[in-house]
Amino acid sequence: MDLSSINPLLLLASLMVAATPILLAATGELVVERAGVLNLGVEGMMISGSVLGFVAAISTGSPWLGFLVAALGGAGMALVFGILTQFFLSNQVATGLALTLFGLGLASLLGQGYLGVKAPPFPDWHIPLLSDIPVLGPIVFQHDPIVYLGLAIVAGVWWFLSKTRAGLVLRAVGENHEAAHGLGYHVVRTRLLAIMFGGACAGLGGAYLSIVRVPTYADGLTAGAGWIALAIVVFASWKPGRLLLGAYLFGGVTVLQLNLQAAGVAIPVEYLSMSPYIATILVLVIMSASGAPGSLGKTFHAAR
Amino acid sequence: MNDPLLRLSGLTKAYPGVVANRDVSFDIGKGEVHALLGENGAGKSTLVKTIYGLVKPDEGSMTLEGKPFAPHDPRAARAAGIAMVFQHFSLFDALTVAENVALGMENPPPMGELAARIKDVSETYGLPLNPSRIVGDLSAGERQRVEIIRCLLQDPKVLIMDEPTSVLTPQEVEILFETLRKLQAEGTSILYISHKLEEIRALCDCATILRLGEVVGTCDPRETSAREMAELMVGGTLHVPERETKVEGEVLMQIKGLSAPSPAEFGTSLKDISLEVRAGDVIGIGGVAGNGQDELLAALSGEIRVGQGQITFQGKDIGHLPPDARRTLGICAAPEERMGHAAAPDMSLTENGALTARKRKNLTKNGFINWRAARGFAEEVIETFDVRTPGPNNAARSLSGGNLQKFVIGREILQDPQVLIVNQPTWGVDASAAAAIRQALLDLAAKGAAVIVISQDLDELMEVSDSFAALNEGRLSAPRPARGLTVEEIGLMLGGAHDMEVAHVAS
Amino acid sequence: MIALEKRPQPSQVWSLASPVVAVVLTMIAGAGLFAALGQDPVAALIKIFWEPVFGPYNFFYLPQLLIKGAPLVAIALGLSLGFKAGIWNIGAEGQYIIGALCGAGVGLAFYPMEARWLILPLMLVAGALGGFVWAMIPGLLRVKFNTNEILVSLMLVYVAEQLMASMALGLMKNPEGMGFPGSRNLSQYESASTWIDRSYGMHWGVVIALIAVCFAYILFSRHILGFQIKLAGQAPRAAAFSGVSPARLVLFCLGTSGALAGLAGLTEVAGPAGLVSIDFNVGYGFTAIIVAFLGRLHPVGILLAGTLMAITYIGGDVAQSSLGLPGAAIQVFQGMLLFFLLAVDVLTNYRVRIGQRSVA
Repeated sequence: MDLSSINPLLLLASLMVAATPILLAATGELVVERAGVLNLGVEGMMISGSVLGFVAAISTGSPWLGFLVAALGGAGMALVFGILTQFFLSNQVATGLALTLFGLGLASLLGQGYLGVKAPPFPDWHIPLLSDIPVLGPIVFQHDPIVYLGLAIVAGVWWFLSKTRAGLVLRAVGENHEAAHGLGYHVVRTRLLAIMFGGACAGLGGAYLSIVRVPTYADGLTAGAGWIALAIVVFASWKPGRLLLGAYLFGGVTVLQLNLQAAGVAIPVEYLSMSPYIATILVLVIMSASGAPGSLGKTFHAAR
Repeated sequence: MNDPLLRLSGLTKAYPGVVANRDVSFDIGKGEVHALLGENGAGKSTLVKTIYGLVKPDEGSMTLEGKPFAPHDPRAARAAGIAMVFQHFSLFDALTVAENVALGMENPPPMGELAARIKDVSETYGLPLNPSRIVGDLSAGERQRVEIIRCLLQDPKVLIMDEPTSVLTPQEVEILFETLRKLQAEGTSILYISHKLEEIRALCDCATILRLGEVVGTCDPRETSAREMAELMVGGTLHVPERETKVEGEVLMQIKGLSAPSPAEFGTSLKDISLEVRAGDVIGIGGVAGNGQDELLAALSGEIRVGQGQITFQGKDIGHLPPDARRTLGICAAPEERMGHAAAPDMSLTENGALTARKRKNLTKNGFINWRAARGFAEEVIETFDVRTPGPNNAARSLSGGNLQKFVIGREILQDPQVLIVNQPTWGVDASAAAAIRQALLDLAAKGAAVIVISQDLDELMEVSDSFAALNEGRLSAPRPARGLTVEEIGLMLGGAHDMEVAHVAS
Repeated sequence: MIALEKRPQPSQVWSLASPVVAVVLTMIAGAGLFAALGQDPVAALIKIFWEPVFGPYNFFYLPQLLIKGAPLVAIALGLSLGFKAGIWNIGAEGQYIIGALCGAGVGLAFYPMEARWLILPLMLVAGALGGFVWAMIPGLLRVKFNTNEILVSLMLVYVAEQLMASMALGLMKNPEGMGFPGSRNLSQYESASTWIDRSYGMHWGVVIALIAVCFAYILFSRHILGFQIKLAGQAPRAAAFSGVSPARLVLFCLGTSGALAGLAGLTEVAGPAGLVSIDFNVGYGFTAIIVAFLGRLHPVGILLAGTLMAITYIGGDVAQSSLGLPGAAIQVFQGMLLFFLLAVDVLTNYRVRIGQRSVA
């Protein structure tokens, strides 16, 4: 065992990278849930995004196109969920599970020819001046653009939800869909847009795993990241600021256990690998689910 | 008032199996307070939803200030100058007052400015409100203010009010009427929906009466007696429950210092409630909605468990017992919400019968349900209480509100309870069914059971109760004999001013 | 314009017809999928649905039907209890793994003692108990801390997989296995094998699944507990009013489904699978979710749905070996089936009205 091989600077820097896919997926799901919809298909959309983005990035040679395709793919999958739950009034829990099962199958079908292929390089940005700051520079300002995009999306979602009229309507729809309908707001339309945004974010998160973080495609690549994203939304009490904290906490656990594995700590690898999941359970236990949107998970049908 | 502001002509709207509105026409003049009268199910709601753009009529048309008016959604209606205060509030509990108001406006100003205007307008009209409070923490009366302010900020031409006083104390009603008169003086027309005749006589210039979707009369309420209007509304004469005088019975249930937190997020906790329940007694518990009615019923039925000694039945502590054990002892209850609380909407009436009656009617043996007996019980309820349904295999949700209510009340009464607690037993039920339900409650008491009637309908409580108590913010006033109570005294009790009357309490 | 209108009560006809319609729609969509993969769609469908049951080699495939169907039916039955009550155990895969580990652990501990009358029953108990305990974790957390059981039960799948990996490579590793990962082969250890008749595919898991179907049927048609489960799912407040204790129901539903999943895992590991290895679990716990819904959460329906799903597994293998159809295509196919089912299901509670509204 050699703990001194763990460089705290690198650890903190890689924490931001490790947190990014989950941050992206969780931010999308947060918007969906604030609109009153529980989409348990995050894992399925993420893994579909990871394979679609990867395939697109390999075939075009452009990681950026990969991310675009992943976002579109995630949104498309989410649209299936949206149509089923909003027009066919299907149970959201069951439909979300179906989306996950379908997505896992789809990913392993599409990914067959790409197992173990290496993703095209996706360079980091060294933000001028800021990245030269000692200590802080390498930790915060020397990452790839998607890390910053993720942060920008969280900030954007915060601004949208708390400062804009459309955000207020979205929260109203999630809080009490009957009343929102009574005031003349389009419940289904609002929710469909939120669902598709959530899908796009999950797709991006998945693609980040396959294009940047791993960077290759493997079956079951997401390994529950989508579910952890769902847990982090609960942890965050549906607030974007705390979401960031949750994702970084989780990123920290992941990075730390990977570093411990690499350092050859006397704990068996399997038990270290379990730790992110156990940490997630602990977090869920400590945080009781308060502040959930009033109409979360309920089916809306405009009667009379 | 020659030039009508809003004219409805020939509005017809049919739903499968029922015509909600048939050829409805009337005018509302500028600055007029126009009453729309009718029983539950007469088509009032459909009509106002049509005006508000939530329902599209099958036939007929409307004009507003002489121009054709056909709003395709509520926003269009609001833009044209129609505002509405809903009966069941269209508010968002987790949002602030200001956010709620903003949602009801087409082009709200920035939040800071809006908050200032809310304060301003609310004080002008005597309805003070703090714009930054979370709506879920407000009382029913305050919540209504939010709705009204939301409407007023848009300078509406027509303000629609759907049963606004059902959640208010008599004193609050007076304040509301002041506000409405002020608005009227400023030239706003008001469409006032109610079935409370005295209110309409006090407030309205003109009344249109609906029955079964059709206009059955128009009158000047100040010159028409309440009785005439009632008969137009009901289409016949009413049966008023009769009751025999009786002797005071033994104490069946004793509630002492009952305190319990509400299980609901924005609910009302019960605080130190005491009450003696005697055989043969009907105790009426009044109160404005949201003052702990649901919680009180839940504490008595066993849905909420309470501390030791807080509820005793025939000398035995029962506060810790679950609902089934209490039923076995003879304590039955019927909650306010029929669909989903008193009954499971998607289950058959047979299953809904077994829902509460399995212990007292011996419908289970070693945990196995005797479906034949359960069916028999459901049939008995249907038969005895004149529930209109093809049979016990039909789902509860296929019944109309009034019929399901008869089923729910009948289900409890036929179990021969010693103590029966009901909450809003005739809410949304037509007048003849309501009379039948009240009669059944009185008959049960006459047989020696104790009945606790929780209701927001003071007329109903005065009709059935021997003694009357009021709930206010989870506290219960000391009960007083119902006979001889004046409206003013009741109002004070509802408003929470019970302590000043202590000297009067007779029991 | 097309509008949905709530039926006064659920349609009996559509409740039975919707799974059939969903299967047909999935076959059509599946044909499209197979065509897109460059296969002859009809040939692929025949390989998947006809060949295993009626084809010339069905003597080989039919025993497989029992082997694949039994765990699906047993797990789906357990899940259906919770799903009816609105309690979502989606970590059956983890409970399946832990059941297998506990049962196998007992069997391996007795090796090489021969006492089938003692060891096999002990293993069954250990398997059920293992799954039960694993499911009790989300159950107790939900009851005590109101923790979301969906997420906890699912997280525990990943924990269980890691545990199994550690067992297969460590504690339970076969000392005579020449370094290969995996335990001793239990199906070859007479006292621990769950096989009854290997040539027919008959093992204790099949028996358990069939008994469970009967018990579940009686529970839902006659017993108050079944009634309460249904009630709690349809109208939670009415259930509380009726006197159902939500906590007890959560523990009962999760515990029972965990025990059934654990039994399925144990009978698999000491029978068809034979040993504890890294790739022991193949997703029965997740496919069972589809089975439960396809079977309308009804015991007999689940039996039929489990059989159908087992056919697609076997047929998928057939199509893979004879047509080169990718194995994952079957997974997509199963996912589509659930989508179609959920879509068609709307007709049970709503009817479609077309062109009824006219604008005034």
